[in-house]
Amino acid sequence: MNPFQYSKPDSVDNAVHLAGSATRFIAGGTNLLDLMKENLTRPEHLIDITGLPLREVTETASGGVMIGALVSNADLAWHPLIEQRYPLLSQAILAGASPQLRNMASTGGNLLQRTRCYYFYDANVPCNKREPGSGCPAKDGLNRIHAILGASAQCVATHPSDMCVALAALQAVVHVQGRNGQRTIEFADFHRLPGDTPERDNQLADDELITAIELPAAGFAEHSNYLKIRDRASYAFALVSVAAALEITDGVIGQARLALGGVAHKPWRDTEVENSLIGKTPNAETFAAAADALLQHAQPLEHNAFKVTLARRAIIRALSDAAQGGQA
Amino acid sequence: MSAIISDAEPSVFTRHPLSLKLNGQARELQVLPWTTLLDLLREQLDLVGTKKGCDHGQCGACTVLLNGKRVNACLTLAVMCDGAELTTIEGLAEGDELHPMQQAFIKNDAFQCGYCTPGQICSAVGLANEGRAQTTEQIKELMSGNLCRCGAYSNIRDAIEEALPACQARAAQGGGQ
Repeated sequence: MNPFQYSKPDSVDNAVHLAGSATRFIAGGTNLLDLMKENLTRPEHLIDITGLPLREVTETASGGVMIGALVSNADLAWHPLIEQRYPLLSQAILAGASPQLRNMASTGGNLLQRTRCYYFYDANVPCNKREPGSGCPAKDGLNRIHAILGASAQCVATHPSDMCVALAALQAVVHVQGRNGQRTIEFADFHRLPGDTPERDNQLADDELITAIELPAAGFAEHSNYLKIRDRASYAFALVSVAAALEITDGVIGQARLALGGVAHKPWRDTEVENSLIGKTPNAETFAAAADALLQHAQPLEHNAFKVTLARRAIIRALSDAAQGGQA
Repeated sequence: MSAIISDAEPSVFTRHPLSLKLNGQARELQVLPWTTLLDLLREQLDLVGTKKGCDHGQCGACTVLLNGKRVNACLTLAVMCDGAELTTIEGLAEGDELHPMQQAFIKNDAFQCGYCTPGQICSAVGLANEGRAQTTEQIKELMSGNLCRCGAYSNIRDAIEEALPACQARAAQGGGQ
């Protein structure tokens, strides 16, 4: 790690006033310190935000839930409100990382995880995400874990979070504060596709701090399922993951949400496909058609064509399990 | 603003004060900002029971209990632990009396080389504190953050399963360890 200055502000205002292009906020630190040890990130100044009053989980006036950015992943997954009303979110969080990391990692920080692309993580090779314009060895290299949707000629990395896949499906809202005040960002707009600027993972400005994540009232508690497919039984990143949530009335789908992890630079949603499920009978045929529609524009690389087949099967299984009312 | 940031132009090499309750004992320390909790324990305090395996949060050998919760000491900055209560493997026994989890590891022969063992035991005590493991499957899932390259997993699982009731009773009594 490079030497850095350390500050621990006691208010959000003070924290964002200290922030700039050479600073990083630190909460759990589980990804940031790892990146710093690998010399991939070299902040001059760490701003410790763990003293800020952002640890509450409260019900909102509109029937949703507001989650403070510093609530740990473990506390969130096991919070009674989340377990009962948003089991999809609990399930996704518990599918990610290890118990130790979930005790440390914050809700806000989970959104800001960097990709685990091997080439991004190897400071000895070019990477457009790390050094814009230097090239992308993953595109023609070992790209088994890489994107099949929404990638660009500059970057084929995937977003590593499980929690974010559930937050995308639940249409969460990200609350942020910067020097110019507060704003909210719809979850679907928070993370970016790589395009020509893969160095930018999300829409946050340098001085902006995530203060809370808001869940809308609809939690799909009766019909949701998070399915994660990985190389070992536990504690591994997703090859493909699916957050499926349905509202079913009298045997007909009233509302559908479908988000995929491990396949793109951000949690992948296709609202056209979700809308096409409305009014249909929840069965394997319906779900297979949705999977085919979602994956019709998939562009696999040399080593990850298996992900298209895997994603198709995972979508069908996740939706079927959700329809049957269960977490598998 | 805290006292730390109101200092004019602090050098990066400024040491920061750190108060810890470490294995039951109050400690007043000074640390550089980039010192991890793991390096503080091993290099400055000579508490080498906590092991450095991968140093990247992937193996769990450095697991300690921070305010009763299991964390990876390698991915924790010591300076951020000011005011915390920290328990390492050295702090689990009470005098000559081993912690029930330590006894169960010995009884079940739950190690070969022993390098991952302090992390396994601290993690298992954290697991008991959480109170979320009721079945063998849940124990396996919730111990996935601790690797054992000797492959003593089945004995580790047996040890934890055996000690869990006693540990959870201690946790319920507010022992937390």
